[in-house]
Amino acid sequence: MGLKRKHLIGLEDATTEEIETYLNTAESFKSVFDRKIKKVPALRGRTIVNLFFENSTRTRTSFELAAKRLSADVINFSVSTSSVAKGETLIDTAKTIEALESDMIVVRHSCSGVPLLLTKTLKSGIVNAGDGMHEHPTQGLLDLFTIREKKKKIKGLKIVMVGDIAHSRVARSNIYGMTKMGADLTLVAPPTLIPQDIERLGVKVDHDLRKAIKGADVVYMLRIQIERQKRNLFPSLREFSTLYGVDEEKLKLANIDALVMHPGPMNRGVEISSEVADSEQSVICEQVTNGIAVRMAVLYLLAGGETNEIATLSRQGN
Amino acid sequence: MKLLLSAGRVIDPVNKINEVLDVLIEDGKISKVAKNIKDKAAMLVDLKSKIIVPGLIDMHVHLREPGFEYKETISTGVRAAVLGGFASVACMPNTDPVMDNTAVVEYVISKGKKENLANVYPIASVSKNAKGEEISDIGMLLKSGVVALSDDAAPLMNAEIMRRAFEYTKQFNVSIITHCEDKNMTVDGVMNESFNSTVLGLRGMAPVAESIMVYRNISIANYMKALVHIAHVSCKESVEIIRWAKKQGMRVTCETAPHYFTLNDEAVKSYDTNTKMNPPLRSAEDVKAIIAGLKDGTIDCIASDHAPHGRIDKEVEYNYAAFGIVGLETMLPLTLTELVDKKILTLEQAVEKLSVMPAKILGLKKGSLSAGAAADITVLDLEKKYVIDVNKFASKSKNSPFNGRPVKGAAFMTIVGGEIKMQEGKLL
Amino acid sequence: MVKKIMDKDGLGKTLARLAHEVIEKNDNLEEIAMVGIKSRGDLIAARIAARIEKLSGKTIPVGAIDITFYRDDVSLKISNNPQSTDIKFSIDGKNIILVDDVLFTGRSTRAAIDALLDLGRPKKIQLLVLIDRGHKQLPIHADYVGKNIPTSFKEAVEIKMQESDGEDGVAIL
Repeated sequence: MGLKRKHLIGLEDATTEEIETYLNTAESFKSVFDRKIKKVPALRGRTIVNLFFENSTRTRTSFELAAKRLSADVINFSVSTSSVAKGETLIDTAKTIEALESDMIVVRHSCSGVPLLLTKTLKSGIVNAGDGMHEHPTQGLLDLFTIREKKKKIKGLKIVMVGDIAHSRVARSNIYGMTKMGADLTLVAPPTLIPQDIERLGVKVDHDLRKAIKGADVVYMLRIQIERQKRNLFPSLREFSTLYGVDEEKLKLANIDALVMHPGPMNRGVEISSEVADSEQSVICEQVTNGIAVRMAVLYLLAGGETNEIATLSRQGN
Repeated sequence: MKLLLSAGRVIDPVNKINEVLDVLIEDGKISKVAKNIKDKAAMLVDLKSKIIVPGLIDMHVHLREPGFEYKETISTGVRAAVLGGFASVACMPNTDPVMDNTAVVEYVISKGKKENLANVYPIASVSKNAKGEEISDIGMLLKSGVVALSDDAAPLMNAEIMRRAFEYTKQFNVSIITHCEDKNMTVDGVMNESFNSTVLGLRGMAPVAESIMVYRNISIANYMKALVHIAHVSCKESVEIIRWAKKQGMRVTCETAPHYFTLNDEAVKSYDTNTKMNPPLRSAEDVKAIIAGLKDGTIDCIASDHAPHGRIDKEVEYNYAAFGIVGLETMLPLTLTELVDKKILTLEQAVEKLSVMPAKILGLKKGSLSAGAAADITVLDLEKKYVIDVNKFASKSKNSPFNGRPVKGAAFMTIVGGEIKMQEGKLL
Repeated sequence: MVKKIMDKDGLGKTLARLAHEVIEKNDNLEEIAMVGIKSRGDLIAARIAARIEKLSGKTIPVGAIDITFYRDDVSLKISNNPQSTDIKFSIDGKNIILVDDVLFTGRSTRAAIDALLDLGRPKKIQLLVLIDRGHKQLPIHADYVGKNIPTSFKEAVEIKMQESDGEDGVAIL
């Protein structure tokens, strides 16, 4: 059976089977990357709109390349100002975009909840490319994919995630994904960057990186934004870097083959030292490559949407 | 012109009446409440199996006029009021221009009189232009017809100005209605701070930002021996502080709104912007505390905080959506369904919270069916079952999270000044 | 109703004959490579290649191709279990023998040819099928056929291979 959904809003409600399906399919797509023609005709004739209300060249490019490698037609639509400023409602804007006869809309927005709101008014499949502080499901999937590829498993791995958990959609999607796949996840940050009751999602919380990093199989750092300091969420970048930045010395406390991950863009010398970012343990560049394969898998699997029931017909029939 | 309301159950807590009686209305005033009144000259209204109560008062509404007529006008607002069972409303000063001067107050009063439906009582801003810097011309505003003062437009963050406002106002024996929120703690907040705000990735507003201001305002008011009324109490800590203050003998009254005893922040999970209000929907535990506060009398009144908003304000990102929901046409059914039918409040208690106490706090000679009082009467039908439909609202705005919710009990008739303004959902 | 078409022995003989035919029709075995369409086409290809090696002493490269992403009906059938294409040799200039278990509408063959052409530029592509059951919808014919079996459109042909199903055999369901 294919997936029984046509939208991907988050990993909060994803089942382990679904996650495995995304990862397995991504693996098939990744094998295409070694070819001369890095493209398959799977979504020929489909129109995918990249609707970005928030600037993000990296994610947009990754989705664009994924769609193109599936032979879909891609339109990039950037809405720089919020709908409010234009005197148009969000729904008005979205309906205008859908009038372009899109099959799928990849949405990025600085406000949480926008992709979910769009599923209620639009007919197209909606893929969340990051909404506010809510979720960034394809980032979560590509991180799982990278871990599984390198470690051959996810279950039972000890993962520490360090940094601004409170404001991170990447953290939330990874918390759902990693815990569902059976990893042992510890979040490390000052209490001001840990949101209320996050332990209820099945993770541990620690404020001492040196203690938490011991024996870790994966060390995942999040980007810290300097604006947070102005809100007194931490005293200075220097103090943050001293207590919560991962450098060679702290990394040594983790397992010798621990993976170093970061969703990018990095603040070298703040949450991650240059030596760590460029070390052999770092898989940060591979995360980017894997992002394309994972996004191909997501677009491909969701394209089937609700009509998937007949996917079980035997191949031999054709 | 005489009106005889026949054989309804009269509930009049002020006069301790709860029995099936007739009510005779003459020249816009209550003339007599007794058994088997005979008056051939009066128009007879048979109210068998209905409930006759003093006209309900919603002491916290936003009518948006002047300035935001696309959201609501006084005309549409008072229609919503009488359809919802309210004979009187008190409207908040966050209009444009702000209701901080007699010209705007007189404009609102005259507009209300012209509509000749519900009574409209303006509440003026405590500070000029609601800026929180200088206090308004309170004495003159009261002379022009203002019934209370409020910082609902923008909470007074400066404690010294709050103190002077209470200190100055006590000579007039009028309440300051305070919206309790430490604005420094709620910057960019859009919902309750909780596990749900964590999951939804929405910025939280901590309950403590409300409760510390509840405590501050009660403390200052009592130090100044002034009258304070706490608007829309939403969380457990606030209820506990008010309960404690009342036990200490401090003078404080307060209200809550129907959404705080019916919904919790789980409702935000849909990102429906009609779940966005200020104070925000709190946790299930807070809802329990609000209900307990209503039951034990800590919470004196129920007011709707009727806050109409247009589509441009609500069909947007959750972060950018305006705070507030309409409530005039849902408050009574929700109170009857969630509190009376579930036996949390008796009908007498409900009438106290919807009429007696609001009248007392606003200094209105209303809230009872005493002979000689203005004949403001609401007739209730406790058996009426229906489903809330925003498209049937008379209010210009439809921003309600209660659309589609089944309720039991509604207003059957609204009488204002002896005239039937609404009967069975129709304006007369 | 299950109708047995081939047993283990019959299947073995058919594969042996196909191996002979391949040798007979291709002068230069050096150029030959076999690519089986997943799943089972790859298993059949491997067996025939082994047989050719035994007969000729020449090692034939064998690969497997997954055509999921090349189907012309993805809009109707999204598979959640696509497999990987596994071809460890360059197909440029090769004489590729594409191997499928059953030839039916011809659409799988079309997809497989497209997939192959995305991998490189073979000199020639031939088609080998174990069963040709008729009902072709595209102008495609097999160069080597194990057995022609006329079927109705509704019937299904079931192929079992020791490697994947624990036994050898062909039946009509």
